[in-house]
Amino acid sequence: MAIRVQEAAFDPGAEVNALHAANVGVGAVVSFVGYVRDFNEGREVSGMFLEHYPGMTEKALGKITAEAQQRWPLLKLEVLHRVGSLEPGEPIVFVGVASAHRQAAFEACDFVMDYLKTRAPFWKKENTSAGPKWVEGRESDHAAAGRWTKP
Amino acid sequence: MSVNVQYFARYRETLGLDGEQVEGNFPNIDALRLHLLAREGVWEVLGEQSLMCARNQELCQLDEPLQAGDEVAFFPTVTGG
Repeated sequence: MAIRVQEAAFDPGAEVNALHAANVGVGAVVSFVGYVRDFNEGREVSGMFLEHYPGMTEKALGKITAEAQQRWPLLKLEVLHRVGSLEPGEPIVFVGVASAHRQAAFEACDFVMDYLKTRAPFWKKENTSAGPKWVEGRESDHAAAGRWTKP
Repeated sequence: MSVNVQYFARYRETLGLDGEQVEGNFPNIDALRLHLLAREGVWEVLGEQSLMCARNQELCQLDEPLQAGDEVAFFPTVTGG
């Protein structure tokens, strides 16, 4: 299980390929890539800055991936999140899950993203046409994360 | 007791401060938060309903007990991903 928090750009295709490399027991890989958009809430976005809480970020992601491993039979799980300055069109986050069968991979990927969005200490500040603006948390993200605590 | 308090993102900018040592008797995080709120002015940002907090780099609730030397962080709702 790998967790990386980095300023450098990455290639999502290479990350996907690495998830099944050297393990022919992997029957399914599911991945999610989040990108910087060029608009948000009706405003043009020319870029963003991603702040995080060094130390806690890695711990929070470690806790989330450990919980995913407990809940589903996973062969590999990778979380990669960028910090610092990003431009529209660039990947921000990658979550990749490898398992023997697709159901576990789909569910674990969805779970990790929902928890990452509500529990990992990252904050986006967008450069918009109306000036710099901190992105506000969304209630829908909390509702999505809440799905995983129901019996 | 002394605790190490960290502020992030919009709170850090509003307060013009990324962290400080705070002295006082704080049984839990909310007691510390109320102590800081009493500074008034920009500190009212710590009265937001959506405020999140962490103790020793783990998310927690405001009733989380505190010990001397703890690292406490206050921040707005997280927006990664």
